[in-house]
Amino acid sequence: MSILLQVQGVIKRFGGLQALTQVTFDLPKGQILGLIGPNGAGKTTLFNTINGVYHPEEGRIIFRGQDVTKKMPYHLAKMGMARTHQIVRPLNELTVRENVMVGSCFGHENQNLSNAARIADETLAFVGLAAKADQLAGTLNVAQKKRLEMARALASHPHLLLLDEVLAGLNPSEVDGMIQTVLNIREQGVTIIMIEHLMKAVMNVSDRIIVLDYGEQIAEGSPSEIVHNEKVIEAYLGDPRLAERLMEEE
Amino acid sequence: MKQWLHPGFWVALLIVLALGLAPIFSQNAGLRETGFTILLAISMAISLNIIMGYTGYVSFGHVVFYGLGGYTGMYLMDTWGAPLPLAVLGGGAAAALLAFLLGKAILRLRGAYFALATIGVNEAVRTFVSNFKPFGGPTGIELQFSVYKQYGGAADALWLTYYGVVGIAVFALVFSYYIKTSKFGLGLMSIREDEDAAEVMGVVTPDTKTLAFVASAFLPGMLGVLFFFKNGNVEPSDAFRLGFSIESLVMIMLGGQGTLLGPVIGALGYQRLRGLLLTSDVMIGSLPLKDFQLVIAGLLMLIIILFIPAGLVGWLRQRFAWLRRILV
Repeated sequence: MSILLQVQGVIKRFGGLQALTQVTFDLPKGQILGLIGPNGAGKTTLFNTINGVYHPEEGRIIFRGQDVTKKMPYHLAKMGMARTHQIVRPLNELTVRENVMVGSCFGHENQNLSNAARIADETLAFVGLAAKADQLAGTLNVAQKKRLEMARALASHPHLLLLDEVLAGLNPSEVDGMIQTVLNIREQGVTIIMIEHLMKAVMNVSDRIIVLDYGEQIAEGSPSEIVHNEKVIEAYLGDPRLAERLMEEE
Repeated sequence: MKQWLHPGFWVALLIVLALGLAPIFSQNAGLRETGFTILLAISMAISLNIIMGYTGYVSFGHVVFYGLGGYTGMYLMDTWGAPLPLAVLGGGAAAALLAFLLGKAILRLRGAYFALATIGVNEAVRTFVSNFKPFGGPTGIELQFSVYKQYGGAADALWLTYYGVVGIAVFALVFSYYIKTSKFGLGLMSIREDEDAAEVMGVVTPDTKTLAFVASAFLPGMLGVLFFFKNGNVEPSDAFRLGFSIESLVMIMLGGQGTLLGPVIGALGYQRLRGLLLTSDVMIGSLPLKDFQLVIAGLLMLIIILFIPAGLVGWLRQRFAWLRRILV
């Protein structure tokens, strides 16, 4: 299996704060990688560093065989990386369809407007927002805005999708719908990294999990390895029995 | 191509054509003068709308392109004997070049910082031109009367500038609509709504913003040449008048920023109001009302920002959904 993304010894500091310390991992094509850890562990910072919003002080990021450490977010988007934001960022005064067309037009397929409109409608149907296509994005509720974030990212037909807490703030039935959507995306051959606090979801969906704590990578492995890892239980999961319950619920 | 069938485009185009052609059919010099002022204002507002309404970068320095373009054109005609059309193109090119150079530098700034920088640029260019010998320094450039001979004398030259401004206004409207409905325009609007999100989706923001700035600058550059050619002379204080920038801004906000028709309606409304004020005999205490023209512009801007931030066209579009079919 070929490697899509390599993160090699990445260090990111904000002034005196070490936000990421020597983060290193390889991500093979087609996998779902879960990224978990307490608040402030550096998960979103790692996303921002991978997709070029921040540049690391040390280390390298290699995407599709190219060193992209110093690239800007739009370079990475053009190379086939797409992401969603933890705090949704809809383009409020544009319609839902236009929002998704931006993803398709300027992403790595560089589509023209009429193709983008078609792809936008397909993508909106896929995430269940087809009925809202002509509304302004600002009028959607939170769950719909999360789906819109997802649709915008998907419309570029990315190789790698970074999902930042797409389940946060959704009610249980919305969560189930969204998990199904994530699995459907993987079916299409898209590689995914997802940040998630909802353990049940991340354990069920991920092929592999990385745990961050204070910017350090304290564990890496399959979901069952992670829930039995003592460091992880101490830093994040807390109660060892909780971990077992999580696995039983699978 | 189907965007050209949209009734909203034709409504806006018909308004501009009606305004532009009325003086030509009536051959009335008074109407022509009013028409010139209004079409100049409409073209300024439409061009400013590209960077301000579509891209979301509020510029107080739009007049710098008008002034520099005007100066370049006058210089070409005065010193090199260039014909008017060439001078107009030269003025547009000079403004576009300035926007390109500035774009790389000041479009990195956002919000209020960009707005402040544009004022600074205007003041800097004004000071430079005031001391620049080829442009006549503080006294500017005055055209020899003989220059107008090749256009059939002063009276015919006035009509010629009028045809020029009609052409530019129509072109500005078509150009603005083309941008609004293009992929480039979608990129601009995504920058307006959320620049960081746009970058993440792959919009190459530095290049896109610079191109928008250039697209917004070359029209005022051409208009400046027409205006100062008609005027006969150009001076730093006329060419780089900050008040003109602010008026263009008020016109856009009045009509509705980010819409196609908004700058047209806003410029028309504002210029009519200004015309009424300037010719009124009403006195406030011992002061004539006509001295209060900029005060009224300021008040107008305040009222719009407070009560109808979307402007007239924007407000109508929000309020009456069916109007979205004919107002864009």
